[in-house]
Amino acid sequence: MKNQFSKSVMALLVSLLLPLAVLLITLKVAAYKGTPEVVNVKLKSEYISSVDHSQFEILQQEFEHPRDVTAACLSCHTGRDEEVMATAHWKWEREEEIPGRGVVSVGKKNLLNNFCTGANGNNGSCMRCHIGLGWKDKSFDFADNLNIDCLVCHDQTDTYFKQKGQGGMPATPETANAAYQVPDYQYVSQNVGLPKKNNCGICHFYGGGGNNVKHGDLEEALLSCSKDVDVHMAADGPDMACIDCHTTERHNIQGKLYSVSSANHNRIDCDQCHTTTPHNDAILDNHFEKVACQTCHIPEYAKANATKLYWDWSSAGLTDDHGNGYSEDDADGNHNYLSIKGNFVWDDHVKPEYYWFNGTADHYLAEDTVTTIPVKINTLFGEYRDSTAKIWPVKVHRGKQIYDTGNKTLISLKLWAAQKGEGAFWKDFDWEEAARLGMEYNDRPYTGNYDFVESEVYWPINHMVSPKEQTLTCVECHQRDGRLAGLNDFYLPGRDYNKSVDYAGFGLIFLTLIGIVAHFLGRIVAFFKNR
Amino acid sequence: MNKVKIYSRFERFWHWSQMVLILLLMITGFEIHSTFEAFGFETAVRLHSVAGWGFLILTIFAIFWMLVTGQSKQFVPVRNNVKQQAMYYLVGIFKKAPHPVKKTVDSKLNPLQRIIYFGLIILVFPVQLITGFAYLFFHYPDNPFTLEGLEAVAVLHTLGAFLLVAFVMAHLYLITTGHTVTSNLQAMITGYEELETEHETEISKN
Repeated sequence: MKNQFSKSVMALLVSLLLPLAVLLITLKVAAYKGTPEVVNVKLKSEYISSVDHSQFEILQQEFEHPRDVTAACLSCHTGRDEEVMATAHWKWEREEEIPGRGVVSVGKKNLLNNFCTGANGNNGSCMRCHIGLGWKDKSFDFADNLNIDCLVCHDQTDTYFKQKGQGGMPATPETANAAYQVPDYQYVSQNVGLPKKNNCGICHFYGGGGNNVKHGDLEEALLSCSKDVDVHMAADGPDMACIDCHTTERHNIQGKLYSVSSANHNRIDCDQCHTTTPHNDAILDNHFEKVACQTCHIPEYAKANATKLYWDWSSAGLTDDHGNGYSEDDADGNHNYLSIKGNFVWDDHVKPEYYWFNGTADHYLAEDTVTTIPVKINTLFGEYRDSTAKIWPVKVHRGKQIYDTGNKTLISLKLWAAQKGEGAFWKDFDWEEAARLGMEYNDRPYTGNYDFVESEVYWPINHMVSPKEQTLTCVECHQRDGRLAGLNDFYLPGRDYNKSVDYAGFGLIFLTLIGIVAHFLGRIVAFFKNR
Repeated sequence: MNKVKIYSRFERFWHWSQMVLILLLMITGFEIHSTFEAFGFETAVRLHSVAGWGFLILTIFAIFWMLVTGQSKQFVPVRNNVKQQAMYYLVGIFKKAPHPVKKTVDSKLNPLQRIIYFGLIILVFPVQLITGFAYLFFHYPDNPFTLEGLEAVAVLHTLGAFLLVAFVMAHLYLITTGHTVTSNLQAMITGYEELETEHETEISKN
């Protein structure tokens, strides 16, 4: 009896309790997740300026011209002019190597895009975002250090602005109007410091002619947003400034966007602060090898205000009965038609598209011809087999823009002029003249024949990082038809499978089931027969 | 008929732990395969990885046990009676015919079982373990040992998984074909099964 009892206990132990223990241990170990790294960095806003500019004698004067302010700055900050004049902020171009094409100098100065198509020749309007004082035409002297506008980046008073239509000059006594007054240079120059969010944002938020038109992930909402919009810049979070990540050494600001650059250097990486294994969790950290942080941590962009996703120039130029341009809004209050620009599609809370990207990019250069439709204005390089490439979230801006059907080249347009009658499209609505003058200003050949062609630009998304609770879950990509459905040069678990193996496998299971059922029925029949 | 101990304590622990792990691996594995949703993808992956480790550890113990006890001989296929055993399942079982091969302590598996289990031990388990751990550790092309992507590994692993599912189904059914419907199950729980006491004569015949 005792023997029987110990046998039962043993059976309970080895056949139930111990296997159950194996299960529980498995569940327990599987539930373990690492604790993410905690980042502790000193923000630029915590630094206290070592001097009080309001005490300097040279800044007590009544400045007549912003050039005098620059001269005053440089009298103490010697050599800084050379640093500034070496940057892309000044030159609007960089010498960079495009893989397979050699070294080229590319930048806003000479590249085309499918927003306003190109800056050069529309200086009055576009060069308002140049850090010089009045790049109105080709006569602007890039060697003159007094043409540097120190204040636009370093003003802490939020009272210094460049005037509309003046190619980067603030208002002068001659040009001042209700919207733009002559800045109080003494006040502004006595209150300078490290660039704040809005010093950068005044240009980088409004590119393309309005808030968030271009980037989608950079817009004025970031000046004061919640963590849901951007964990880094959130007012209720660390409230980081641009330069906290875009670290700057001698006016060389790290980071750049691949709409205007090509080479894999001087970039910002999240691991500057977060390390390459920030999750402390093997399976998540492994993804670092092939997936950019941004891919999971920026599930959507344009989280506050809409961004432009489509721009059809071909419908531009319609006028009302009086020959004037007009505008139409969509349901959200964004323009969906402007006579000067054509039709748009805007959207907010946009899911990015995903591409392999290794940090190098190609560009449609001014001398290139149109070879593919849609025209790829910039191309992000990378593929699965490229060990330096990662999957990256991208804003793709699609559009239709004017091109020379004879030379097969994208056309540089003359869009802006101060007055009517100068041939600018935005004043006169004349495609022929705008194309001819734009190409002429850019020293590019033009046959006089034009049409509109589809084009795409690719902007990697980097801002509007979400709180960790809103990060992409695995299944967003690891499913049959998920976010990465379009990236087909590799096997992705959960998405991919071998059709033959799956058919064979499920077939085998089905046949086994049939066999079991048939056999079982046979046994039942036999049981009654043999009784 | 006599109650004989045919499954040692370790064998029973091995069997039931293996059952738990394989069941867990099956559910989580096919969830990762996007066949259905159960735990959620992330949990499924974490469970599958840990269960895979558990299965590896258990397998190491099982190999050690087989080598030490010599029980590995149980899984070696034999030529004799393969056809008879197959005919039993196809015909004899419906006619109340006796099992063609007597189950004994020294030969617990019938000739067909030997073939199937041998295949599992030699082929399916190793393939699943090797592809499984390759899947875990060499999924990205920059490791010292480089896989050109996951495809080959993943597809092989899936193939093995299908075979195991089919095995488990057949196994669950065939355990009902012992002396009584539950005698095999009881044996795997208690360790004891009623066997015909002719095994001595069986041995002397060989």
